Amino acid sequence: MSKSINIVTSTAVPLNIENIDTDQIIPARFLKATSRDGFGKNLFRDWRYENDDEAQPKADFVLNNPTYSGQILVAAKNFGCGSSREHAAWSIKDAGFDVVISSFFADIFKNNALNNFILPVTVSDAFLAQIFKAIEADAKTTLEVNLPEQFVKISTTGEQESFDINSYKKTCLINGFDDIDYLINMKAEIEAYEAAR
Amino acid sequence: MAKTLFDKIWEKHVVKNIEGGPSVFYIDKHFIHEVTSPQAFKGLEKRGMQVFRPKQIVATPDHNVPTLNQHLPIKEELSRIQVQTLKENCEKFGIEMYGLGHPFQGIVHVIGPELGVTQPGMTMVCGDSHTSTHGAFGSIAFGIGTSEVEMVMATQCLMQSKPKLMRINVEGTLNAGVVSKDIILYIIALISASGATGYFVEFAGSAIRSLSMEARMTICNMSIEMGARGGMIAPDEVTFEYMKGRLFAPKGEEWEKAVAYWRTLPTDAGASFDKEIDIKAEDIEPMITYGTNPGMGIGVTGHVPALNEIDEQEKPSFEKSLHYMGFEPGAEIKGKKVDYVFIGSCTNSRIEDLRMVASFVKGKKKADDVEVWIVPGSKQVEKQAIEEGIDKIFEEAGFQLRQPGCSACLGMNEDKIPAGKYCISTSNRNFEGRQGAGARTLLASPLTAAAAAVTGVVTDVRELI
Ligand code: SF4
Repeated sequence: MSKSINIVTSTAVPLNIENIDTDQIIPARFLKATSRDGFGKNLFRDWRYENDDEAQPKADFVLNNPTYSGQILVAAKNFGCGSSREHAAWSIKDAGFDVVISSFFADIFKNNALNNFILPVTVSDAFLAQIFKAIEADAKTTLEVNLPEQFVKISTTGEQESFDINSYKKTCLINGFDDIDYLINMKAEIEAYEAAR
Repeated sequence: MAKTLFDKIWEKHVVKNIEGGPSVFYIDKHFIHEVTSPQAFKGLEKRGMQVFRPKQIVATPDHNVPTLNQHLPIKEELSRIQVQTLKENCEKFGIEMYGLGHPFQGIVHVIGPELGVTQPGMTMVCGDSHTSTHGAFGSIAFGIGTSEVEMVMATQCLMQSKPKLMRINVEGTLNAGVVSKDIILYIIALISASGATGYFVEFAGSAIRSLSMEARMTICNMSIEMGARGGMIAPDEVTFEYMKGRLFAPKGEEWEKAVAYWRTLPTDAGASFDKEIDIKAEDIEPMITYGTNPGMGIGVTGHVPALNEIDEQEKPSFEKSLHYMGFEPGAEIKGKKVDYVFIGSCTNSRIEDLRMVASFVKGKKKADDVEVWIVPGSKQVEKQAIEEGIDKIFEEAGFQLRQPGCSACLGMNEDKIPAGKYCISTSNRNFEGRQGAGARTLLASPLTAAAAAVTGVVTDVRELI
């Protein structure tokens, strides 16, 4: 599992559903683990299987469709709303996704994704529609998600759009730095702050 | 310069601003529970670190706990291990924990305020999105992920970017039968489940000021359901009155000093917000949701939107949602059959909620084919309900009073709604499968839920009061 992100060029899995909440990404009954591993197999569990049975995959769900694969998940607007469970980010990463593209992300999910070296890319509604269209037309369409240059490009159509990310987070992702390392190095300043209040 | 409530608290808690990036932001209080903390403790151990400020953390198990026979060991193995792991971690790292059976145990967002841990002007976090509840006291309170739980354990700080600020003004007087849950469901229906994403929201106006602390907590609790990072309400006499004498509230001279400071916190006249919304309290009627996100709410006398009222782009999600719920576009919601009634969760499980339900059902009986669960938010709420004789009223009505916990708010403990069944719930989320795989949730106020318990169908409570 990569602990840094630079340029990701890959086919993508299209999930054209709005308001995907973290209860769908990983249902509550799978939150009982005390470690961070192995959540990928329960990603979108209740959309993936009939009667919670791995022997009965739902044929119409995109993750069960061998036509689509890749390191990039493309979802409709307001992805990751609801519960703060970081298990949602762990399950997405564990299932092999390094990038999620949507036109709108819930705040807590966005932080959780970044803390797990998943790049949440916010594009315009119009560009998102173009991505879905391109993948629908040709499942082998690759997307280039270029973090250093901050753009997404659709290989088959050549269309591209730039995206925003704050420069601190960008440096962290490219270099594999964690917030926690940064904070631990600030201990003396934090203690000084406490003493001064 | 005129400042907002948020600005005043924010500025006091910035340890350092980073060029082109977030701020190092200091956290006063950290709540933890069994579900989102184990991996954080593991992370600390892997780094060979101690918890930096264990006295600033309060722990309680809530998500996984059974609500019957809490004196017995938890039957489900993974839940038992998670609750046990919390206990062991708290012992190892010197953190106060109110475990099962402790007189202070309960849902983390219910016990913080009732113990006086939650105070105006504070910064508070928890690995739980409904941490926004605590903002009702005039604090900056928000939910975080497990990596962030670990950061706060290690350094008492987080990296935070300042959010945009929104103010929602609710002016006027509420109609009879309309309570604070209806206000927040109305607001979310108005601006949608993502309408406040990227914002921290201050609720203001005469209708908000007229509310009790419990009712204010219900509103701030659900600010996350419109995407907001958190919600807050300026502290006032109602706040101070609620807090005075609580276990961890300041005492004596300290109290006077604290109140004097808290009085400086409300937003100054002329302070500016990135967005403001004005709402008339008179426009709000008892609300209920028909779909699978909290923004899909309507007045109880209204109808599910017809297909031609929905944007073309949103149709697939809308139809998927109605299919899950088993509702037709354009249908009336009133009169729909209900199988379960759940009154509980960090949104509506405080003593005031139970009193409201009790005063409505006194002398009435539940409908025959409805199951009714009342789950108090904490041991203290449970105790008070019994002292006031509320338990007897519920018993006579055929309602089941259970023991404190998150219960049927999320399908994680034993309290689940069976697939295909309809549940009127006072909780905060109607997502697919939230109350159990296949369960169909209709969010409403405790009053509207109680009315449905009595009639067995979705009911306009105003016809019964
Ligand atoms: S009652 Fe529900 S929303 Fe509140 S903390 Fe528990 S699970 Fe979360």
